[in-house]
Amino acid sequence: MQESKTAVTGRAMLKPGRADKGLWKRIAQNWELYIFIAPAFFYFLIFSYGPMYGIQIAFKNFIPTKGITGSPWVGFDHFERFFHSYYFWDLLWNTLSISLYELAIGFPIPIILALAFNEVRNGFFKKLAQTVTYAPHFISVVVMAGMIISFLSPSTGFVIHIIEALGFQAPEFLTDPRWFKTMYVLSGVWQSAGWGTIIYLAALSGVDPGLHEAAIIDGASRFQRIRHINIPTLIPTMTILLILNMGSLLGVGFEKILLLQNPLNMSSSDVISTFVYRSGLVDAQYSFSTAIGLFNSVINAVLLVVVNQVVRRTSENSLW
Amino acid sequence: MLSGVKETKRDKVFLICNYIYVFIAFLIVFYPLVYMISASISNPKFVASGEMWLLPKGITFDGYKRVFENSSIWIGYGNTILYTVVGTTINLLVTLPAAYALSRKDFVGRNFFMGMFMVTMFFSGGLVPSYLLVKQLGMINTMWAIVIPSAASIWNIIVSHTFFQSSIPKELQEAAQIDGCTNMRLFIKIILPLSMPIIAVMALFYGVGNWNSYFSALIYLNDSFKYPLQLVLRQILVLQEMSAQGGGVIDASTAAAMNSKAEIAALVKYAVIIVATLPVIVIYPFLQRYFVQGVMIGSVKG
Repeated sequence: MQESKTAVTGRAMLKPGRADKGLWKRIAQNWELYIFIAPAFFYFLIFSYGPMYGIQIAFKNFIPTKGITGSPWVGFDHFERFFHSYYFWDLLWNTLSISLYELAIGFPIPIILALAFNEVRNGFFKKLAQTVTYAPHFISVVVMAGMIISFLSPSTGFVIHIIEALGFQAPEFLTDPRWFKTMYVLSGVWQSAGWGTIIYLAALSGVDPGLHEAAIIDGASRFQRIRHINIPTLIPTMTILLILNMGSLLGVGFEKILLLQNPLNMSSSDVISTFVYRSGLVDAQYSFSTAIGLFNSVINAVLLVVVNQVVRRTSENSLW
Repeated sequence: MLSGVKETKRDKVFLICNYIYVFIAFLIVFYPLVYMISASISNPKFVASGEMWLLPKGITFDGYKRVFENSSIWIGYGNTILYTVVGTTINLLVTLPAAYALSRKDFVGRNFFMGMFMVTMFFSGGLVPSYLLVKQLGMINTMWAIVIPSAASIWNIIVSHTFFQSSIPKELQEAAQIDGCTNMRLFIKIILPLSMPIIAVMALFYGVGNWNSYFSALIYLNDSFKYPLQLVLRQILVLQEMSAQGGGVIDASTAAAMNSKAEIAALVKYAVIIVATLPVIVIYPFLQRYFVQGVMIGSVKG
């Protein structure tokens, strides 16, 4: 009797007790891992989540002496002012059109280049071409802007010389608003198309050689094999990268735009992020530009979720 | 049989087209790089007129001489080396231990930490709140404003975590723990020596990023003695160009003087581009393997 009672209570105690004890034991056993993760945890907490807390000034009139919490609330005033401003549609259009232009040109080129690299059998040439096309990835954005400005300078840049040698009238690339987007996108392709092939080449190296052998026996041409074996292999990678790209549609490479911007091409080069920089840090309109930045981030996040959802419905490849 | 021959012929044509295509891509990337090197040691007159188009013409080292005489470039160079070394060290100290902890299946709370970190990939506080935070922390105009707000990148944490998870056998950790080895000793004495490839990749990714960054210096530093190289370059390459374009009415002699000044400025530009990019371009071919490896480890996860 005595024995069975203790057994019952013992078992009753044991069940939650064991789970708890196990959990705490596992935590205690690996306490050092929490020290390992602590720097990263505090880094993200302070420098990523800290600014998220600061977003509230988008709904306030930030007064530096009163601090973030002490400033008065104004609701959606800053957003309304932004949406009703005369530059709102221009900014939105420039941001979206540069992104979509970049996506349309910059997305397929690395894929085509990777497929082409993959067909090159000459080892030395392949290696040389890869080494050289990867190299611009390491050029800093400032140097890149300096190169663009030098190469496209009226009457002295080599691109201008080439265009004139071909018998055309060279446009004023640097100051003509109509050329800004093309200049931005093509220089981006020059810099990153080679590097962008790596991820696709990795996927292509995983293709089962047996598939190609079987296709050759069936009389498939090289082109057919690329079309029906290599390209389908790349689809999952393409899908993931496309989703990520869509999620940053409004986050164009603003560091380069800022460097290439000048008063003459402003009408097509001013994007949301450069405007945030100007109005926020140059003109110190903290609350207003935080509101615009928030608008930008929210659209990005929504786009990412929506595109991911659409892709998940139509194929098995999605981010989550 | 006949169709078989036809197929291979078509394949040959395709292959040749493919080689031509890759060769053109190679040329498009290669030419500007060679052009810059040649332009940096050519007489600026020939460069401006287009007579120098591939090999150096009228060789002069004036551009480099002026670059070496320019103290702000040297100060910038020194600052960049300092920021890159300190920054990359911090990056590694934050990234590697965190990535290792996240790679451990027996680490309670790994999903929480991973989730918390991943959110920052898709949503951020934005420019102004980040700036206000750095300002509030009193880091404006110090080196810390450059190295601390970019102490870790979630992407690199994920890449390293994938490496630890896939390349370090779990048995190693179990055996060490049975022997009474603490996690700290395990990480420092066993895991890190086995992880040289990922340490190299991370050091390179972060190092190149730190070397090339200009924007945080632009917004957080106002003392030009603290400017990193990229910010000095911005003044030379970007700002000067724009001011040179906006000229008013000028007479012939000033025009000639300005012309030669502009030529020298152009020469200096090419030289400074080479000097600034040299460290990265020189080490790159030797380390290309590691960079490529880094991208591939990252893509395994996807």
